[in-house]
Amino acid sequence: MLLVIEQLLNGLQLGVTLFLMSAGLTLIFGIMRVINLAHGSFYMIGAYVAATVAARSGSFLLGLLVALPAAALVGMLVEIVVLRRLYKKDHVDQVLATFGLIMFFNELTRVVWGRQPLFMDVPSWLSGSVELIPGIPYPSYRIAVIGVGLLVAVFLYLMFTRTRIGMQIRAGASNRSMAGALGINIKLLYTLVFGLGTMLAGLAGVMAGPILAVEAGMGESILILTFVVIVIGGIGSVRGAFIGALLVGMIDTLGRAFLPAFFRLFLATAHADGVAASVASMSIYILMAIILVWRPKGLLPAHT
Amino acid sequence: MLKVEQIETFYGSSQALFGVSLEVREGEVVTLLGRNGMGKSTTIKSIMGLTPVTSGRITFNDKEIHALPSYRVARQGLGLVPEGRQIFPNLTVRENIMVGAAHYGGRKEPYTLAEALEIFPRLGERLNNYGNQLSGGEQQMLAVVRALMTTPKLLILDEATEGLAPLVRKEIWHGLGVLKARGQSILVIDKNLRALMTLADRHYIMEKGAVVWSGTTSEIADNEELKASYRGV
Repeated sequence: MLLVIEQLLNGLQLGVTLFLMSAGLTLIFGIMRVINLAHGSFYMIGAYVAATVAARSGSFLLGLLVALPAAALVGMLVEIVVLRRLYKKDHVDQVLATFGLIMFFNELTRVVWGRQPLFMDVPSWLSGSVELIPGIPYPSYRIAVIGVGLLVAVFLYLMFTRTRIGMQIRAGASNRSMAGALGINIKLLYTLVFGLGTMLAGLAGVMAGPILAVEAGMGESILILTFVVIVIGGIGSVRGAFIGALLVGMIDTLGRAFLPAFFRLFLATAHADGVAASVASMSIYILMAIILVWRPKGLLPAHT
Repeated sequence: MLKVEQIETFYGSSQALFGVSLEVREGEVVTLLGRNGMGKSTTIKSIMGLTPVTSGRITFNDKEIHALPSYRVARQGLGLVPEGRQIFPNLTVRENIMVGAAHYGGRKEPYTLAEALEIFPRLGERLNNYGNQLSGGEQQMLAVVRALMTTPKLLILDEATEGLAPLVRKEIWHGLGVLKARGQSILVIDKNLRALMTLADRHYIMEKGAVVWSGTTSEIADNEELKASYRGV
């Protein structure tokens, strides 16, 4: 039972990290109709900037505070210089251009930071563990990641439902030319949305920094999961991204934790572990296929 | 106030407007009449910066606006009620009204939600419904109120009552009458000549992408041939 609770918390932590990534990606795709394969690059940029600043200053918080605007600014620059030319092109052009951006940013990080991975330390004030439930010590840092993810979810909900800019973003997503005819500067709004999306990806990168190695190409593996999340949740829907991210985080984590034991019930240990690893890897794609058969537009498609 | 001088507009290689000129003065209600496909909506889109003008000049209060993006045209004080209403379906009625709320100089104070709803009170009962949950008539009222909330100097309506039931049309015309009485300048496209005769001061008739006649309401009233041609279009 204790192991189950611990794995549920791990699933929640992966889920909120995926949510930070997928909220930005679903916003960009849902509102701007751009397939941004380079979204993982901003995750990587956030992690690299935070790791560098934290290593030099000794402050994780300072690393975070520098990494967020850095990811947002690089994102806005990419939107202005590259993506504005792609809005009226078809998705193949967007995929090719943003795939090119992945390679550009991967090489750029190798040029700037070298080929060796960077390692970020967990800040000392988050290095301990907390007993959320008696008998289950759980790392404080992972609890902080969960807390940050949930806070971002609340922030996005309030921003979209309670603020004028949230209204304008939704209006622009629905009918760009009509929003413009009401005096809304859609170009600027798109740049801000892109910056918000890349800042969230950067935040996910910073939060993952002390858990994973910070290295070139680290964004690609999470990008695949992020696309699965937004397809499950419904493209363009932040609420859908939240639900999808939690589902994927849970299924992936619980599958990897418990499938080996399950297969050992009727297979030899070595064979069972191999089969379990394969099935665990497939599980989120199986989940996606089932959900798409059941609800082709995802669990909570954007309201159109 | 609004001066359109000899504008030409193309869709790809196909020319839609051939030297269209018209004028709207402060406090006037002006109509653009003509059968479908004659260039009325293209004229409106050209004025609003939604379709680029290839030659000619459009000025609003002596400022050139024909090269501006649509959001900057709107900020000069032009409020658009577009053809097909184009309500944001993913926003509630209240959000549709408030999303573009601004003060673009149509009067001293910007419109408040309560003031705008006085024009079409029934929208007040639907504030929490989504845009796509309204009837066509309610959507048209919402489109008018949404444009009004930008406090425009000139309100432009493209097909003000197209496809609406007679009672709803009456409500729309009444609302526009209230606005006219308050001094709101209006440029309107519609096919209901009878209603426009009581509301409008001047008219332009378009055929094949050009203005072929312009004159006052009394000049139309005295011209049986024109009345016969445009009453039923």
